[in-house]
Amino acid sequence: MRKLIVALVVLSVVHLALLFIEPAGATRIATGDGVDVGIVFDVGGRGDKSFNDGAFLGAERAMKELGARVRFIEPGEGSDREAGLRLLAAEGMDLVIGVGFIFSDDLTLLAKEYPGVKFAGVDYAVAMDANGKPVPPPDNLAALKFREEEGSFLVGALAALVGNSKKLGFVGGMDFPLIHKFEMGYRAGVQAVCPDCTVIAQYAGVTPDAFKNPGRGQELGLSQYQQGVNVIFHASGSTGLGVFEAARRLGKLAIGVDADQYAEAPGFILTSMVKGVDEAVFGAIRQVQDGTFRGGIFELGLKERGVNYIDDANNASLITGAARERVEALRAEIIAGRITVPSTK
Amino acid sequence: MSHPEVSAPARDPWVQRLMEPLLPPLTALLIAAVVGDLLILSFGQSPREVYRLLVDGTWGNAYGFGQVLYKATTLACTGLAVALGIRAGMFNIGAEGQLALGGFAAALVGLGLPAGTPAVLAIPLCVLAAGAGGSLAATVPGALKARYGASEVIVTIMMNFIVAALLNWLVATKVNVAESLHTPEIHAGAVPRLAEVFPAFHGSAANFTILVAIGLAVLVWWFLFRTRAGYELRAVGLQPDAAEYGGVNVGRTWWRTLLLSGALAGLGGINYVLGYKQYYEEGFAAGAGYLGIAVALVGRNHPAGVLVASLLFATLSQGALAVNALVPKQMLDVLTAVVIIAVATAVPEVQRLLRSLRGRQA
Repeated sequence: MRKLIVALVVLSVVHLALLFIEPAGATRIATGDGVDVGIVFDVGGRGDKSFNDGAFLGAERAMKELGARVRFIEPGEGSDREAGLRLLAAEGMDLVIGVGFIFSDDLTLLAKEYPGVKFAGVDYAVAMDANGKPVPPPDNLAALKFREEEGSFLVGALAALVGNSKKLGFVGGMDFPLIHKFEMGYRAGVQAVCPDCTVIAQYAGVTPDAFKNPGRGQELGLSQYQQGVNVIFHASGSTGLGVFEAARRLGKLAIGVDADQYAEAPGFILTSMVKGVDEAVFGAIRQVQDGTFRGGIFELGLKERGVNYIDDANNASLITGAARERVEALRAEIIAGRITVPSTK
Repeated sequence: MSHPEVSAPARDPWVQRLMEPLLPPLTALLIAAVVGDLLILSFGQSPREVYRLLVDGTWGNAYGFGQVLYKATTLACTGLAVALGIRAGMFNIGAEGQLALGGFAAALVGLGLPAGTPAVLAIPLCVLAAGAGGSLAATVPGALKARYGASEVIVTIMMNFIVAALLNWLVATKVNVAESLHTPEIHAGAVPRLAEVFPAFHGSAANFTILVAIGLAVLVWWFLFRTRAGYELRAVGLQPDAAEYGGVNVGRTWWRTLLLSGALAGLGGINYVLGYKQYYEEGFAAGAGYLGIAVALVGRNHPAGVLVASLLFATLSQGALAVNALVPKQMLDVLTAVVIIAVATAVPEVQRLLRSLRGRQA
């Protein structure tokens, strides 16, 4: 007991002493004359090499180029999403961004409560009313959605053109509508350049865990390659790392998703279907700065450069000139509206 | 983070009685505070500024305080669940799964009831469902423990994964709203927010299920210290062989305790499901079950202590958001871990439990 009391006194003194240390350059005050922006990431989102990191990149660019003052919040559990958004909205930020479809309800609620603050939701899921009609988001809320099916269409066409096989592979994460968009676009792209080709499409599971199961990804990848598939497109989060591993082992090709995944398996990544989350976030910040921001549902497709595929020095040797020409012609047709890419099963 | 008045070693038995249980956790908290100072300094920030933001964002305004109360409600339930287990000499690591299943059960009943069911009927039914759901998740470990002496530590952990997978699947395929990870909104059984009576709490998730948490703490106290079953439970926890010799059915006590413990954890689910969002969402209180272990330990397995400890950890959790501009969220996670480790080594109950676990392996 006496020992504990001594320890208590010593600790109190140390704590008090430490409290009065004022490190140089503490409390970095965000500089810049741009707008105030707050971003709330998905739980455990930073470092996903996908849309959370994409949003971060976009914000970073806005800080550099527009002088925006950006604050980030990483929530811990379910109720932290609303709390994080509310914290930022209550501080009078000009723009508050929620990253991920899971923010949809919280954003709708807060946009109504803070009509003076502008909100944006990446991958915002539009709610349906009782009659199955979409409920438009409030005027101060921009729903940033991506037409993943259009990007998937192009990589599907590319895979069929350079794959040297009548069979193409697809590995999805969770079997649900968001991922069906990728599969349907991919299938349509394959059919567009090779009507007698078939697509083997498999999903890693029916739960969110299906997005983080590389073991299952490798299993599906190996089995598809052994069935004669030469190229697999994955839309499955880190499950896809297993697909890449299978490609590496058998010397086949895989297609990455969301971000440029070339570095995950150099030489075995044909291309990646990228979502321009950084572009979308940067765009929203710039619009707030310009005063051109408006609410509503924004579908970002090939035309808006919201989705694209990677064709750079790393993978140029894998894409033949003829294939590139054909895919670019398809892109032009989609942008012109002559091809409509399906998005649902 | 507080600076307690330190008095000279007391001879007064009353002061002594109060000091004896309070000193170890206080020391542990101060250790955590000092480590926190060093962590903050390592990020080049001023500890005083960060702690000030932390207090401002939590106890400093009604909204922040409401959020603390909200988070504390769930933690109090899981903390009570773990504390009850430890009192009987068991480590219930399954509060995470029990909490999730409890929340899901409440949502199911709320969905099953027709809209317009009177609240006096709907709320108790949903609350009961939450308790039953939590109990259900504890049945398997309870049965295996009582019948075969299987280690509840291992079985409850495994149940967490089973429950998580089951609920994942159910919510993804059976009771889903498109493009979301949650069930539809419940038709009946919603519990009003505190803000409806105290407008100052506006916007915070705090709701009247907090009364259930407080009531549970009182009930657990009464059960443990005022009933024969509670006495038997504590006797089993102190020395199962002696209790058995004294005529207590040890297996049945373990079994009953795990079911009760599961029910307590499951009741934590009503906070989110009935009081906040009115639907069950995947991972709605992720981590609250595991944090319940820390809450029980810091609260020294006493219901009153659990309530205080749940406020402490809720403050750290909400504070993490408030100081996120200066230091990464992980810093507060580390701080929480330091609190847990410091307390775990300082509190006699834990030392005893660790000793008994070692003894069991031998």
